[in-house]
Amino acid sequence: MQSPKAIVIRTAGTNCDEETKFALEHAGAKAELIHINHLAKESNPFGDTKIIAIPGGFTYGDDVASGKVLAVELAHVIGDKLNEFVAKGGLIIGICNGFQVLVKTGLLPDARFSAALERKTTLTFNDSHKFECRWVRLKADSDTVCVFAEGGEEFDMPVAHGEGKFVCRDQSVLDELKANGQIVYRYVGADGSADIDYPEDPNGSVEHIAGICDKSGRIFGMMPHPERHIFAHQHPRARRDENAGKVEGEGIRLFKRAVRYCKES
Amino acid sequence: MNIYRIEVACADEKNDSEGRGVLHDFHDFGLSGVTAIRAVQVYTIAGESITDDDAQKAGREFFADAVVDKFAVNSHVLPEDLGKAVEVMRKTGVMDPVEQSVKKGLRDLGIETSWLKKSHKFIVSGQITEPELIDATRRLLANEVIEEFEIGHDVQIKAPVNTPYVFKKTEVVLSGLSDQELEKLSISGQLYMSLPEMKEAQAYFEKLGRNPTDVELETIAQTWSEHCVHKTFKGIVKYRNDDTGEEEVIDNLLKNTVAKVTNELKKEWCWSVFVDNSGVIEFDGEMGAAFKVETHNHPSAIEPYGGAGTGIGGCIRDPMGTGLGGKPVMNTDVFCFGLPDMPKDDVPKGCLHPLRIMKGVVSGVRDYGNRMGIPTTNGAVFYDYRYTGNPLVFCGNLAMIPKDKCEKRFPTSGQVALVVGGGTGRDGIHGATFSSVELDEDSEMVSSGAVQIGNPIEEKKVLDFLLRARDKGLYTCITDCGAGGLSSALGEMGETCGITVDLDKIPLKYEGLSYTEVWISEAQERMVISADTDKLEALFALAEEENVSITEIAKFRNDKKLILNYEGTEVANLEMDFLHDGCPRITREAVWATPKHVEPAKSTKSDFSDDLDNILSAWNVCSKEWIIRQYDHEVQGNSVVKPLVGVKDDGPGDAAVVAPILGNKKALVVSNGLNPKYSDIDPYWMAASAIDEALRNIIAVGGSIERCAILDNFCWGNCDKPDRLAGLVRASKACYDFGKAYGIPFISGKDSLNNEYGVGSDTICIPGTLLISAMSVMDDLDCAITMDVKTPGNKIYAVGMTYNELGGSHFYAQNGAIGNNVPKVRPEESTQTYKAMSECTKQKLLRSAHDCSEGGLAAAAAEMAFAGGYGMDLILKNMPRCGIESDNTAALLFSESNSRFVVEVTPENAAAFEVIMSENSVPVGCLGRVTEGEVFMVRDIKGAVVIDSGINELKGVWQKPLAL
Repeated sequence: MQSPKAIVIRTAGTNCDEETKFALEHAGAKAELIHINHLAKESNPFGDTKIIAIPGGFTYGDDVASGKVLAVELAHVIGDKLNEFVAKGGLIIGICNGFQVLVKTGLLPDARFSAALERKTTLTFNDSHKFECRWVRLKADSDTVCVFAEGGEEFDMPVAHGEGKFVCRDQSVLDELKANGQIVYRYVGADGSADIDYPEDPNGSVEHIAGICDKSGRIFGMMPHPERHIFAHQHPRARRDENAGKVEGEGIRLFKRAVRYCKES
Repeated sequence: MNIYRIEVACADEKNDSEGRGVLHDFHDFGLSGVTAIRAVQVYTIAGESITDDDAQKAGREFFADAVVDKFAVNSHVLPEDLGKAVEVMRKTGVMDPVEQSVKKGLRDLGIETSWLKKSHKFIVSGQITEPELIDATRRLLANEVIEEFEIGHDVQIKAPVNTPYVFKKTEVVLSGLSDQELEKLSISGQLYMSLPEMKEAQAYFEKLGRNPTDVELETIAQTWSEHCVHKTFKGIVKYRNDDTGEEEVIDNLLKNTVAKVTNELKKEWCWSVFVDNSGVIEFDGEMGAAFKVETHNHPSAIEPYGGAGTGIGGCIRDPMGTGLGGKPVMNTDVFCFGLPDMPKDDVPKGCLHPLRIMKGVVSGVRDYGNRMGIPTTNGAVFYDYRYTGNPLVFCGNLAMIPKDKCEKRFPTSGQVALVVGGGTGRDGIHGATFSSVELDEDSEMVSSGAVQIGNPIEEKKVLDFLLRARDKGLYTCITDCGAGGLSSALGEMGETCGITVDLDKIPLKYEGLSYTEVWISEAQERMVISADTDKLEALFALAEEENVSITEIAKFRNDKKLILNYEGTEVANLEMDFLHDGCPRITREAVWATPKHVEPAKSTKSDFSDDLDNILSAWNVCSKEWIIRQYDHEVQGNSVVKPLVGVKDDGPGDAAVVAPILGNKKALVVSNGLNPKYSDIDPYWMAASAIDEALRNIIAVGGSIERCAILDNFCWGNCDKPDRLAGLVRASKACYDFGKAYGIPFISGKDSLNNEYGVGSDTICIPGTLLISAMSVMDDLDCAITMDVKTPGNKIYAVGMTYNELGGSHFYAQNGAIGNNVPKVRPEESTQTYKAMSECTKQKLLRSAHDCSEGGLAAAAAEMAFAGGYGMDLILKNMPRCGIESDNTAALLFSESNSRFVVEVTPENAAAFEVIMSENSVPVGCLGRVTEGEVFMVRDIKGAVVIDSGINELKGVWQKPLAL
């Protein structure tokens, strides 16, 4: 099968669009950057697109709350088109600001645009109340249904955010996410341990959750940046003994799995 | 008009990290009786057709987060009995970018607003009196230059008052004014022109037989300001060295020093130097790297957040306005502040506390750079009490630019000029002239208009639009609106042909600006382009796609005149030649005498562990992680060697390595050098050391200086004073001497003078400060190395000669002295060292390397050890030394001689390493090895232990000071 088509949505304040496009292409997709104004104007903007990426950045300055203005725009300006894309089984990945956008539309965790009162999860200010950039270690939940992930895998990626603290409305939401295999990644210690504190968990998320997906595993969001770890040399400890000889970065796996999924389905 | 006030707060106090942060600040401020602070976001929205339901919907679906927040419409979201409330809001007319996003979000929800405003309410629980709350708000929450506040729970936000401007052409009487009257006018009009300049203008208009209009005089003041024309550097200096009796007249300091290096070296890989908004060198055959560093000092002193944010914003626009526009790939930031622990009562009147300035500057640069999506991967901070009133904020930006886009075509008659981006407002009036004077306690009041407000998202939109328009060939020339606003941008663009500007066509943020304000406003996020008229349609269509405002505002002429019209009436008519060449040149006196400091006696101590602790915990050496982590240094995926390195990502990297083209292993190394403390002994060696430090940082990460270019940024005191100017002359001479000796061209630079702060009849002058920023091309990023030690058993070497050069060192500073033996630079030795080091890293013979600078060899080795997580066992016996007696352990440990490294080599590579060093006649000595465990031990020449510490303790003292 030919390379699946991917669209990286950009708007005012998007800024990880180019490296996200690069990661998708490096993984074998045919990716394009498209401004939301263009998506709004076209009647069938997604066509045979298989993957939509909402990249990191500070869309509309993250004014009001991170991702909020773009979330409202997605829902009210291109909501029907996105619904159709989801219904056709397309993949959506939201990274950092894209993750914030997805939870603020309701697409995560419920795969549909929802009214505020139905909202189950959110991302809010880090406990430190500071933007922070650092590399963290992640581990995938063993029962995750996410098509981008593989249960139990561990790797390093950078985070760079001020509003990444994952919060559930109540315990029942968290239980439901767990029961459905919707928890994808958690922050862990250098040795994979779950018993961690700041800064291994950079923001104070409930149960150190770093990424979740919908029930189907096709809509996925995470705070860390896999697109910034495509090559081994991007890793801060690339020049230490334990990383000698590595070429490929660990973040590329997520994009490769998505491409393979599209080719196989 | 229906007006609704919507309050939003975290439903659960434990999520209110903003409130907790403010509480922390209140406690630090001494208000220990305060028990809790809650933050409330207040949105006041007004519109003809907004209903109660709309307001509820806005609160529910937009302003409040459904999971963590609660909100209230026209009532209190948190109970009044929680405590005293204060509400902080922007002053009328001060731009708030939030308003634009909120308006858009509400429109998408189907709610149209005619105006809206965001304010911040803080509810303070516990013991605090109203006067205490007012005082704390002033010091911690509100900056009254741009904000106001009100105490109470029921604050009513007022509708903005827009007074329409009624056009009236205003003339200024110059004719017949006495010298005294001219000087008075220069100050009262905030022109800050010297008397000879005022007289030159007076003569010009007398010749024309008329008085100038207000806007003509303003245009001359802007164009002739120190900030815009660099009068000091381009003027005539009579220099005398009282030590030697030597005298000389220097006609144009810039041309005879900094620029002379570049002109004489004639490097073919320098694509664009000194002629554009940034300097460009060849990266590979197709792409160039454009680099610019500049300062935004005066605005940052008064409003640190806005001043620093617009500092980096303005600097980013320089490469964007170079050639036909570059694409930014990296930011640098270097700051000089007063001491963060300065007692409150010692802060001079009218100054903000250094800690507040630091926090404001750091967050200003953070919010702008991060939002633009540009990684900040290199920087430095220097602390000295003399920067209290004059903090320095150096912002740098590196951009990639295709070879065929490096040159701009100057406009010709028939083409038009367009302004792209933000509207013009009253922000930043008189920035250029203000930055050219000394500050004092009244500066805050006089110059509040000089503060600019940044909107990085607007700039990002402009950048996205311009890069697309550039690649489609839609415009012919571009420049940024920086100091002097449109007056400078259009004045420069039209310099060779002339231009007619219609001031009433320039889009405004709000009504009420006079034609002069429109012309000189330094409102941010604006770029000016020129285009052929047949490209306008395509430009407008593209701008619409990208939601960017673009407006045709001027036509180019062919008679070299600057004509300004407002609603059809001519308000200015000046000759470009007079404007750009009419400024009278100044002649100044410079007199140098080397200061004599007390020279401390040789230390006879037998244990230096405490000295090492003290040096590592000094403000200028300690970890800057608190700052670095707030900057996104990973965005764009291009960073290779990061600012923090080591086993726990927390050691101090020497320079940044950036691979700007994803998938391509070619990289750029970016570093800086800054040693203001050596200026207390001799600015000549200060400058030499800054150049050497920038270069050796490049070498330390595995780079080479073969294709390396540097930038100069001078920040100095008032150069009307002969001693200050003499220091500047000496530093400039060093730039020539060492740039030439190393074969490194300067490609761009900037100066900021008059950094003195008036206290009573006296002034506090900053130490003469030269920042050298360097970039170098690295062919293969796999050659990059970091400073953290890698493996126990590896050998540790000292590379380069250590001299008895403790003058200006941290060791002396810890003991309250300056001394006189300032570190020298010996290019005949150091060029060999750099060549040999580059050869070693190319052959991958080094596992780690760290430059020896502040704190000397001991601090460098300790940093390597604790960053790598291993101990070291060292002895000074084989350390190459010159002029240091064998018992002068302090000099061996802490001398800050330039051009030295500590390196780690595997036992297998040791022989090959030693051969390369000896072939290049570089003195090296094996000091010992990396050890398992935590012990960091150093023995003197005789073998006695002089430092015995643990790496975790050393790291702890190094990290503590700035763990805020």
